[in-house]
Amino acid sequence: MNASLAIFFVLAAVAVAAAVSLILQRHPIHSALSLIVVMVALAGLYLLMGAEFVAAVQIIVYGGAVMVLFVFVIMLLNAGEEEHTNFSKLAAYAGIPMAVAVAGLIAAAITRSTLPPAPDPTALTSTKSLSMLLFQDFVYPFELTSFLILVAILGAIVLAQREDN
Amino acid sequence: MIPTNYYLILSAILFGLGMIAFVFKRNIITIFMAIELMLNAVNLAFVAFSKAFGKSDGEVFVLFVIVVAAAEAAVGLGIIILTARNRRSLNVERVDLLKL
Amino acid sequence: MHPILDHLWIIPLLPLVGSAINGILGWNWSKTSINAVALGSTGLSFLCAIEAVREFLDYFAQYHQPFTKHFVDWIVAYKDLTIGFDLQIDHLTVVMLLVVTGVGFLIHIYSTGYMAHEEGYFRFFAYMNLFMFFMLILVLAANYVLLFVGWEGVGLCSYLLIGFYYLKHSAAQAGKKAFIVNRIGDFGFMLGMFLLFRTFHSLDFHTVFEAASQPNVAHEGLGQFGVLTVACLLLFMGATGKSAQIPLYVWLPDAMEGPTPVSALIHAATMVTAGVYVVARSHVLFLHSETAMYVVAIVGCATAFFAATIGLVQSDIKKVLAYSTVSQLGYMFLGCGVGAFSAGIFHLMTHAFFKALLFLSAGSVIHAMGGEQDMWQMGGLASKIKVTFWCMLFGTIAIAGFFPFAAFFSKDAILFAAFNSQHDGKALYGVGLFAAILTSFYMFRLVWLTFFGKNRYDEHHVHVHESPKNMTVPLMILAFLSLTGGWFAFPTLFGGKDYFTDFLSPVFGSGEIAGGEALHSLELTLSGAAMVAATLGLVVAWRMYSKDVKRGPETGLHKLLYNKYYVDEIYQAAIVGPLVWISRNILWKAVDEGTIDGAVNGIGYGVREIGDGVRHAQSGNTRSYAVWVLVGAVVVFGIIFWPILHPALFGGVR
Repeated sequence: MNASLAIFFVLAAVAVAAAVSLILQRHPIHSALSLIVVMVALAGLYLLMGAEFVAAVQIIVYGGAVMVLFVFVIMLLNAGEEEHTNFSKLAAYAGIPMAVAVAGLIAAAITRSTLPPAPDPTALTSTKSLSMLLFQDFVYPFELTSFLILVAILGAIVLAQREDN
Repeated sequence: MIPTNYYLILSAILFGLGMIAFVFKRNIITIFMAIELMLNAVNLAFVAFSKAFGKSDGEVFVLFVIVVAAAEAAVGLGIIILTARNRRSLNVERVDLLKL
Repeated sequence: MHPILDHLWIIPLLPLVGSAINGILGWNWSKTSINAVALGSTGLSFLCAIEAVREFLDYFAQYHQPFTKHFVDWIVAYKDLTIGFDLQIDHLTVVMLLVVTGVGFLIHIYSTGYMAHEEGYFRFFAYMNLFMFFMLILVLAANYVLLFVGWEGVGLCSYLLIGFYYLKHSAAQAGKKAFIVNRIGDFGFMLGMFLLFRTFHSLDFHTVFEAASQPNVAHEGLGQFGVLTVACLLLFMGATGKSAQIPLYVWLPDAMEGPTPVSALIHAATMVTAGVYVVARSHVLFLHSETAMYVVAIVGCATAFFAATIGLVQSDIKKVLAYSTVSQLGYMFLGCGVGAFSAGIFHLMTHAFFKALLFLSAGSVIHAMGGEQDMWQMGGLASKIKVTFWCMLFGTIAIAGFFPFAAFFSKDAILFAAFNSQHDGKALYGVGLFAAILTSFYMFRLVWLTFFGKNRYDEHHVHVHESPKNMTVPLMILAFLSLTGGWFAFPTLFGGKDYFTDFLSPVFGSGEIAGGEALHSLELTLSGAAMVAATLGLVVAWRMYSKDVKRGPETGLHKLLYNKYYVDEIYQAAIVGPLVWISRNILWKAVDEGTIDGAVNGIGYGVREIGDGVRHAQSGNTRSYAVWVLVGAVVVFGIIFWPILHPALFGGVR
């Protein structure tokens, strides 16, 4: 057990605990805060792997923009604690088994296959190489994503308009 | 050196937890957050593979996933706001008009 | 060289064209135009037939074989099934051709007068011409299948013409009965054809008869049921249907619902003789099978007797003639059955003349009486409709078999051959002779009841008048033929040769009984016996019916005969009734409604029920939808990761 492995387990435990907390919390604002913890833990894991740019983007965009948006909406709608309705029998009985089955299948598949060796944390991904990829090999999806963002902006504007009579 | 397996299994666990949350929570916004959790788990897997193979394509893909998730969150939350105004409830089980 | 022979199809085609023109365009034409088309086409066909005969005799003198011409390939299928539109002429065809076109033409002329006041005038002639077409196809065909086409076609026309007065319920029923009973016979005919094809791999007359004449083909004795016997019996079954023999004769008396020219043409002169023609044509096959010949002879003789007994007591003038037709057809089959095929054909020809004459004269009487057909309502007409009377008398003398009229020679030839036949010849002769007595009796009874005695009708209501020329002239021509038609065989009385048999010898071989003094004197004796029989019938009828007669009550035997031995009722109870019951209750209610409709409706019902159950899945609840997504995900992952998850089954880890 060396230092990186210990850090990995700590971060992993934090992430899992926060995810469980997301499920168990009743008030949505508490779930949102749990999700932020998960994201931060994941950013730590990215750093552990040596993907520094992705870690930064994760914190800035995901944690700083998307989650803030979620919190804003929760407060705007004045969401309270959840009601305790249970209309769907199927979800009650088959929900957990199915989810466990999917996760279990994936895990089983992972363990039985031969994978390439562990990532080298010292091999940092330079931003330069990332941008080379982004603007040369992936330039087409890149442009499409910008288009997508434009559409999303338009959509958000249209949806949030007040109804003018 | 942490084996790639560990990251991938962590990713699977987080994905499963996200699915459970998706099925069990009743608040629309919480369900949305569960979706975000699943996306994050997948991002972890992408980065792990990218590092394992030594190519950076996986990380570029992660960037795209984040962008798309952001756009989706924006539009989705807009819809949620409208639905909440209309139905005056955030309980997803109350939105069941499309049934036979 | 032989323009008509090379275009032999012109003979059937002309009536077909006439039929089409009249049928499609004639609905508002004047009678003159319709007559022109109908008579023109039939008359032209007759002339072409005469010319064809002349050319054929020419051809035969050169080549000594029948003339066959292949026109078009009709069916070419499978390995060796080739049926062509082939027509042929040989001596037998010559006789049939001349009879069909000649008598047919005379009857067409007669119909212009008889049907003059009827609705649907154009329709009648269209059907009559169509009939001529099919009948000509039948006699000219060079293979069994084309013959069968004609066979079926004449059955169709018979149905159409019997049911000509389609608004009359009994007429429609009679048409149906004729067609259906014929169908039963046709079933046998088709099976016979199939068997012949399987044996000889061809249905051309030439090929089949040649193959059957080979020395290696077995001669099947009495009681042996070999292939040829069965095939011949099946063909004969078809013949019993078409030619109204026991047991399928029941349609012919009902067919009298049709107009009288129809009865004359179809049910006396031509269509009903098709069965005799088929037997005669297939004589090569029949001669190999003693059982089949015996059956034909027995059935023919029995029918001759049976029908004659029914005809003794009928009151409708046309019914008497109908039963007489059945009886005379029996004679023709008797002739064929004992091997005297040319005698059978001879009687076919003379019968065509005098039976057509009798029917047309009866039609003339009916026309004179304004539609009355019951003989008990007639009487004393001899002085009023002289021409009709004399023609009818000629026909009656002919059918009774008096010398020198036609049937004397032909019936005599048949009875003589029967007497000399191997199997029960004397018995056949005896029954045939007795039937001749009965024939003479009932025919003269008809004459006396109709034309002599007191008038049993009301003079004020019925205006008896002679028929117009277009009806009486054909009568007179037929009367002349009834007198002279048998004179082909005149020289046999003096030990000379029979020209008719001679004419047909290229077809039938001179297989007739050879001469010899003893045989010749036997023949004269038998002829004398026949004359005595005819005279006996005449005398008894004279004693019973020439004076004023009252119609007696029907009792006992009389009642049995009058009701035709209740055969129709027996058929109805034993066959038709149960069939209808089965069709109605089992096939309709149980099978069609219950099973088939039930299955189809059941599928619809089942689908509805399934849908009703499955719709609950669409509940509108997002969470259950989410679970369904997960279920799908599990399935997909399972399928994709299966090779990894069970490495033992897929030979090692990837």
